[in-house]
Amino acid sequence: MQHTSLLERILRGIALTLVVIFFMFPIVWIFMMSFQTNETILRIPPQLVFEPTLANYTALITGKLTTAAGTLDIAFMRNLWNSVFLSVTSVAVALLLGVPAAYAFARHKFRGSEDIAFTLLSFRFAPALLVLLPLTLYFQKLGLANTYIGLIWVYQLICLPLILWIVRGYFEDIPADIEYAYRIAGHSWFATFRKIALPLAGPGIAAAGLLAFIFAWNNFVFALVLASADKQPVTVGALAFITSSGIQYGQISAAIVLSITPTLALALYAQRYLVEGLSLGAVKG
Amino acid sequence: MTAATMQRNRPSGFRISKRVLPYVLSLPALLVCIGILIPFFTSVVYSFQRYRLSQPWARQFNWGDNYISFFTDPKFWNTLQVSLLYAGITVLLELLLGLAIAMLLQKRSTLNNFISIMLLMPLMTAPALAALMWKLMTNPGFGVLSYLASLIGLQDFRWASSPSTALFTVVLVDIWVYTPFIMILLLAGLRSLPTQPFEAAALDGVPRSFVFFRITLPMLTPYILTATLFRLLDSIQQFDIIYAMTQGGPGDTLTVFQVEAYLNFFQSTNVGRSAALMIILWAITYFLSNIFIKNWLRLRERARGLA
Repeated sequence: MQHTSLLERILRGIALTLVVIFFMFPIVWIFMMSFQTNETILRIPPQLVFEPTLANYTALITGKLTTAAGTLDIAFMRNLWNSVFLSVTSVAVALLLGVPAAYAFARHKFRGSEDIAFTLLSFRFAPALLVLLPLTLYFQKLGLANTYIGLIWVYQLICLPLILWIVRGYFEDIPADIEYAYRIAGHSWFATFRKIALPLAGPGIAAAGLLAFIFAWNNFVFALVLASADKQPVTVGALAFITSSGIQYGQISAAIVLSITPTLALALYAQRYLVEGLSLGAVKG
Repeated sequence: MTAATMQRNRPSGFRISKRVLPYVLSLPALLVCIGILIPFFTSVVYSFQRYRLSQPWARQFNWGDNYISFFTDPKFWNTLQVSLLYAGITVLLELLLGLAIAMLLQKRSTLNNFISIMLLMPLMTAPALAALMWKLMTNPGFGVLSYLASLIGLQDFRWASSPSTALFTVVLVDIWVYTPFIMILLLAGLRSLPTQPFEAAALDGVPRSFVFFRITLPMLTPYILTATLFRLLDSIQQFDIIYAMTQGGPGDTLTVFQVEAYLNFFQSTNVGRSAALMIILWAITYFLSNIFIKNWLRLRERARGLA
């Protein structure tokens, strides 16, 4: 590294400050709005100092919003629960289906395995509505429209390719000799898979599972097309919120804060896994 | 005796299971995906039909009519133009910004690591929710950004509700969400580069710009290509941000492919046109992802070769 002049250090400092402000400001601002009443929000110029109130959050949690027109029932907690349930179940199903398949792709080069693997990867790049629009018509015929099962199935479109590709890379990095030695010792392939391959690929499975959870949580279009209000996750629920009249801006902000907190907390908690998963999924197999 | 039989049987049993096992392991995942593949072919069929949900009796094959009508349809050309413009602008700006930030954060230090963790947060925010956040901030009544714009003399800056600034606003949200993605990939790339060329260049007193254009950039190219193509594929299909922010409006300013297909399906119930639009978008992404996969394979070979 070349020595850096004072001027350069100052310029770098300013640039980094601007970057941090641009990327953090919206989150900080919405967080602040969620503790304000409509009166302080509507004040011009915007207030940096205000008396924080928890009213927005209590209104959301109890599900009773008092508006000018009277009390309004909202089901935001229902949306939050849907998000948790759909994301957790989808990732669990994807892990159950995807990890053995990833192992098969990594360990056994069988006929057509590369083609199948690429087909599965290509799902990640296909336009979602290409599949979703006919699927709405099919789901109505099959009775899967607006059911959790239908949604979890479609969520596999996001979760499965991700898990398959990241976990496969980790399995490929485990030397086959270790597994072979264990098998020679007289253990079945399943015992080998469970006792050797799974623990060694553990970090990869964790990274893939976390990423899949976040992508499932953040998904918007699947539920927008396939679910009605009682099955919708927060991403769709919050949009309905902002367009319906009579709901206060502080309450919308509080809803957004509650919706993004789980993924942000996960990101902070497991950032190393996430970064590894993201760069691995992109650069490596 | 039994032990001897087992010994003899074992290799053959092993071989059979070894041949069948991978299929057994991957079959469930495949079945789930095949269920999802069927609608894809249905889309192809729909795209060759005159099919409106409001007039199911008039449903019939019209073969290429949906596609042919696109040529003379200004709405289609608008969709194509906006989609390409959106993808081009977002990816270009995110690439430049992401590279700049990655280079600022390249040195490992506590502060830099802390900042790069903070920058993960927009990426982990659901794009649809990010759009709502920006919608609140650009509200003409109380939005803090509208206020800031008025401070610098833009008295009536309308953000997403004016046709002339709507594209700018959604691009801004896209940049906010996805620049960290490119930053993460390029930072991983920068930090994995060998140090010798840089040390040699520093010893010889080679100018910084020369080091950047002749050493850093060429060595970083595989990472840049991967990040670009990943983003390009996502960006040309953008739906969440645009739909949550403006639902394609004002007017048809922002009717990119997926938004236009969604509106065609649910508002004008024109299934045929909607499917044809999606097939064209699919063809574009297929073309792009083929380039990507070829590139990615070469990259992987090279990584293996070096290791």
